[in-house]
Amino acid sequence: MTRSLEDWLLTNLVEFKKYASSAEDSANVHGLLQQVDPRVKIVGALALILSAVAAKNLGAILWILGLSIALAAASKLRLDRLAHWVWRPVLLFSGPIALPALFLTPGNVLAWPVSLQGLRAAAFLVLRAETTTTISILVALTTPWTRILKTLRALGVPTVFVAILSSTYRYMFLLLQTASDMSDARRSRTVWKLSAIEKRRIAGAAIGVLLSKSFQLSSEVHQAMLARGFRGEFYVLDDFRLRAADWLWLGVLSGFVAAIMYLEK
Amino acid sequence: MNKIVFDIQHVSYRYDEVVALNDITLRVTTGQRVALLGPNGSGKSTLLRLLDALCFADSGTVSFDGETLDRKRFEDDRFHFGFRQKVGLVFQNPDVQLFNPTVYDEVAFGPLQLRWPAEKIRRKTGEILERMEIVHLKDRSPHRLSGGEKKKVSLASIFVLDPDVLLLDEPTAALDPRCESRIIDLLIGWGDGKKTVITATHDLGLVEDIADCCFVLQNGSVLAEGRPAEILGDEDLLLRANLVHAHRHRHLGGKEHSHPHSHPLPTVIKLYH
Repeated sequence: MTRSLEDWLLTNLVEFKKYASSAEDSANVHGLLQQVDPRVKIVGALALILSAVAAKNLGAILWILGLSIALAAASKLRLDRLAHWVWRPVLLFSGPIALPALFLTPGNVLAWPVSLQGLRAAAFLVLRAETTTTISILVALTTPWTRILKTLRALGVPTVFVAILSSTYRYMFLLLQTASDMSDARRSRTVWKLSAIEKRRIAGAAIGVLLSKSFQLSSEVHQAMLARGFRGEFYVLDDFRLRAADWLWLGVLSGFVAAIMYLEK
Repeated sequence: MNKIVFDIQHVSYRYDEVVALNDITLRVTTGQRVALLGPNGSGKSTLLRLLDALCFADSGTVSFDGETLDRKRFEDDRFHFGFRQKVGLVFQNPDVQLFNPTVYDEVAFGPLQLRWPAEKIRRKTGEILERMEIVHLKDRSPHRLSGGEKKKVSLASIFVLDPDVLLLDEPTAALDPRCESRIIDLLIGWGDGKKTVITATHDLGLVEDIADCCFVLQNGSVLAEGRPAEILGDEDLLLRANLVHAHRHRHLGGKEHSHPHSHPLPTVIKLYH
């Protein structure tokens, strides 16, 4: 039986909720990266990402990817989940983009029609994408979302940007729940099999209702903010403190990045 | 005689073509505990929003401590912050009120916006989390809390400001009986009963616990005013205001008739554990 667009969307929404819930749980596990100050973690991740992007040596990128996988394991993240959430989707996305390079890049023919230079170019693209995404996801999976937002503030990202991110994350779940409830309510009252046109019409109407509900919700949330003194500018409490272990971590990471740069020479 | 906190004179308010409030006049004095009773759509929530200056009357005036509440008055920062410090509103839907990433941030949000010193914010937030017995939730995301926990956090986010006037919109809506009872205890205990509390509700079982004066609203107008015992004892009034219902039924050995009543809980209970 073929799945409707609505089924597909709802399955993915449920999958996303599972992912978000799992991410919050893994951030609270007693692993290596979970112990590191989020500011140090984000700065370190940025340094590794920049190193991977700037690397002209496949070996250097492989070292960074290897370190990321080792950090994931030390942080008690499940590698099968990383493969499912990160490595496979990234490969599916970057693979087709890299594929033409195999054949179109001129150079020494490795096995017709693939050239050695083409293989290198494709490998660079795929490995860079895999490595940078793995590093980013490591930060997301080992830091509670609330700490990430606070860190962004502490690193000087404008408050209004952080507030929008925070509200989007917060209300996404509410709207997902509403969408799921609306779908259940519609299914419970549907007796006959609907035609494709009818399904599209219902989906369109549901999107309209959801949009209208989200407008109403946003207006009420704004009122709730005004009621507690909000005047258009956010104020937050920053309570980060660097420990000796964070400095040690920063030192180790700096050493690794320096070694990668040396390898590049 | 107690000072007048809110003075509402001939206030009307409409949402486009729909009249929400129609020529309402009422007064609330310091320390008074007021219940706004009425069925859904009677204008209770709109009246609370007017009292909290989240919207302003189309006609008539709303005054707080002798100052008329209008848009122009709220352009003054000093007045704005003073008013927000003195009047707190707890929304009916906690999901509307809980928009911060963690429970701690949620409780600290109001004091932060009112520009309290950081040390005072930390102290007061810690105190209120302990008093409301939600310290263990402080790092949790509000969207992952139960209904009762969300309501407690909503109350904590207002209690932390220690306002003189507390506005409550259906404080026990959608709560299980145990949570409802706990929330009522918190409301009764708040401010040692000396603060002004205005509660919008259609839960008649709540009224005698949380109010010493009631206003019954219907279709945006005040239908009646009185003490809880007087209002709750007037079945005709409650029936007219759609706060109770009557349906036709037969009493054992009696004749068939209709009157407002509640049904007893079922007596056949099967216990599994």
